[in-house]
Amino acid sequence: MLKFVLSRFLQGLLVLLAIYALTFVLVALTPGSPFSSERAIRPEILAQIESFYGFDKPPLERFWTSLTNAIQGEFGPSAVYANRSVTDIIGEAFPVSIQLGAISLLVALGIGIPAGILAAVKRNTWLDYLPMSASMVGICLPTFVLGPILVLIFGIILQTLPVSGWFGPEYMILPAATLGLFYAAYFARLTRGGMLEMLNQDFVRTARAKGVPESTIIWKHCLKGGLIPAITYLGPATAGIISGSFVVETIFQIPGLGQWFVQAALNRDDFLILGLTVLFASLIVVMNLLVDIIQVALNPRLKYEK
Amino acid sequence: MPSTFWMKLTFLIAMGFLALGVTACGERERDVDTAAAEGILLMGNGGEPRSLDPHLVTGVPENRIIQALIEGLIAYHPDDDTLPEPGIAESWEHNEDYTVWTFNLREDAQWTNGDPVVAGDFVYSWERILSPALGAEYAEMLYVINNAEAFHQGEIDDFSQVGVRAIDDRTLEVQLKGPTPHFLLMLKHYSFYPVNPRVVEEHGGMTDRQSGWSTVENYVGNGPFRLTHWSTNEVLEVEKNPDYWDADTVQLNGIRFFPIENVNTEFTAFQGGRLHVTNVVPADRIPSLREQMPDQLIIEPYLGSYFYRLNVTREPFDDPRVREALALAIDRSLIVERVTQGGQAVATGFVPEGITGYQPTDAVGHDPERAQALLAQAGYPGGQGFPETEILINTSENHRKVAEAIQAMWRETLGIEVGIYNQEWKVYLDSQSSLDYDISRSGWIADYVHPMTFLELFTTGNGNNDTGWSNTQYDRLIRQAQAATTEDQRIDLLTQAEGILMEDLPVVPIYWYTRVYMRDPRVQGWNAKILDYRPYKYVSLSTS
Repeated sequence: MLKFVLSRFLQGLLVLLAIYALTFVLVALTPGSPFSSERAIRPEILAQIESFYGFDKPPLERFWTSLTNAIQGEFGPSAVYANRSVTDIIGEAFPVSIQLGAISLLVALGIGIPAGILAAVKRNTWLDYLPMSASMVGICLPTFVLGPILVLIFGIILQTLPVSGWFGPEYMILPAATLGLFYAAYFARLTRGGMLEMLNQDFVRTARAKGVPESTIIWKHCLKGGLIPAITYLGPATAGIISGSFVVETIFQIPGLGQWFVQAALNRDDFLILGLTVLFASLIVVMNLLVDIIQVALNPRLKYEK
Repeated sequence: MPSTFWMKLTFLIAMGFLALGVTACGERERDVDTAAAEGILLMGNGGEPRSLDPHLVTGVPENRIIQALIEGLIAYHPDDDTLPEPGIAESWEHNEDYTVWTFNLREDAQWTNGDPVVAGDFVYSWERILSPALGAEYAEMLYVINNAEAFHQGEIDDFSQVGVRAIDDRTLEVQLKGPTPHFLLMLKHYSFYPVNPRVVEEHGGMTDRQSGWSTVENYVGNGPFRLTHWSTNEVLEVEKNPDYWDADTVQLNGIRFFPIENVNTEFTAFQGGRLHVTNVVPADRIPSLREQMPDQLIIEPYLGSYFYRLNVTREPFDDPRVREALALAIDRSLIVERVTQGGQAVATGFVPEGITGYQPTDAVGHDPERAQALLAQAGYPGGQGFPETEILINTSENHRKVAEAIQAMWRETLGIEVGIYNQEWKVYLDSQSSLDYDISRSGWIADYVHPMTFLELFTTGNGNNDTGWSNTQYDRLIRQAQAATTEDQRIDLLTQAEGILMEDLPVVPIYWYTRVYMRDPRVQGWNAKILDYRPYKYVSLSTS
């Protein structure tokens, strides 16, 4: 097990390094600079600013400095927002994203998995059709449609919940529901699929023939295997929910990471783009590693020694 | 049965959500009502401010906040942007030809760290913004001051040669490069604002771009409000400054600036009772809002010009007849009435209406026959043989709609086929400044109320010319206007210059801007201003 974890960890580091290099090249090749604006800047002033941020150095040297700094966890200043370092920005926005992400994930799992199990156990009854149709709608309905609909109903017509902002628990309900319901739909479908596969296995038929109670079959024999597809999806979903909720953050004006991702790219805020990319990539790598470990623990058919 | 258990759990969770949403909170008290009772203004402010250092910022959201925190020599007048209002300077004199100005600073003005505001603060501040090492984008605004340009370009190192000096703590003397009667109006711009020397020196010194003096912990201002809270991408709060010299006039107890970038989110926030004033309104909602919320939809003239740049270094735009044909073939009234729908004014020239003492030209109109004749003279009768050209726009649905309307007008009137392509903002800026376009959508908003802020753009070599156009007579007129001894002369020279610009048409004016936004009827003292900046000290909230 240790060998497996170690090799996956090293692979993860390599992936991170490759992502860092690729992002650096892409950012360097993108037209436009963090300092360009509608009002032209005199070339000599631009040169001053560029040298302040080290943009006047050759690309290879810049790459090396930024990489060595990044390894020490230092991503430099934002090139656009004065007095704020990339670390400050992440430090402010990341906890918000984690909060929103955690609640949304609870919603997603709390609704998705029970609904999926229920649908599989009661397949081809209304208890299957209803949640599955709802989840189809959930998957098809993007957050930028669902969000405004919820805002319209609860924020403007009923006036029971705040329409935007991030100032207390009641502000979290609508965004968490918007983000969570979307992922709940996926989890429901994946769980249903996984459970159905297990329920059709030979050993289940044998167990039934032996007179094992249905509840034991579901709980003891099927649940572990049936959840594997959902657990596989849990890694990317967690990373995505935490850092990729740009649409939801925009609709509800939440000061999380998603807004910064997009702003950084639009502003060509080089250091911030790199910092956020590394953060997001690390999240995905770590989540996938965790999922791999859990999967192996749950499913003895997977051999991790190889 | 476990399945019943799960069923119940699912049901409970779902119901829990509904209950939370529908009943638990009951009908909320709206933020706008609570805040109005507390005397706090809630403002939508576009984007997250990049800095609050008046010498480093360039944007509108930043300016709106700085207006509350720092006061310059001259302040914004409550209802007329063409008038000076005493700020830190309680009075001023100038010599006969407007080249030497003396400002008498008020005794009771002080910084939020307790320091008095003295003339030396202005000398320090102007040296700071003009220091090449700071790299201030707006330093050019100060080039009206004698030797400021030479100092900023590094030609002289001794700041005492620049035309500003503190005669004593309360007297500031400024020597200008040439006669500038509108200097007072320029002084309203934040690039002329003072900073507190002590706090700047304590945090990195005069020329440190990342100096920490302008963070929420360290900020020192001298304005009607002081900074109390700044949480990124969420809200920035200021409260009434009790030590402000004119604190008795200030009626608001505070302002909260919300950095809401997305126009739809901002509009929803207004509808949901979270904002008293918005930054903008989604353009497609304007027609319905005119009917549904006429008392809250505000449309005001805004000193800006929306136009198309023509790249005169490329065929066929090197031919003035083609440029004029394109300009004459546009039916501008159709564009403002049917496309933009925000009350914009049809542009008849480049400099917008609204500047006292300057009569806008009516050189540009809609004349399809003449347009066709000119195009035929240029060698493209009925559009035959007209090269393939394209309009460059920055990515935005509104710009696309205008471009499509113009494309159709040119097709119908002139028989030419022009494409449209969009580029992301920064790429678009790059293309425009490197003349990598045929026709480019553009806009320009005044920095101060004077035609000069518009007309100096198109002099040869100006960094914002971006058309490749160069006209020696035009350059000479602008130079003469800058040096003119009387305002009448200056206006006359600028009128002549605009005449040349509108005859040669390197730019095709389309409309003059308006500001369209939502405002709670309780907001008082918020007057229409062509530069869109309001001195917050005159703003109040009625509670009824």
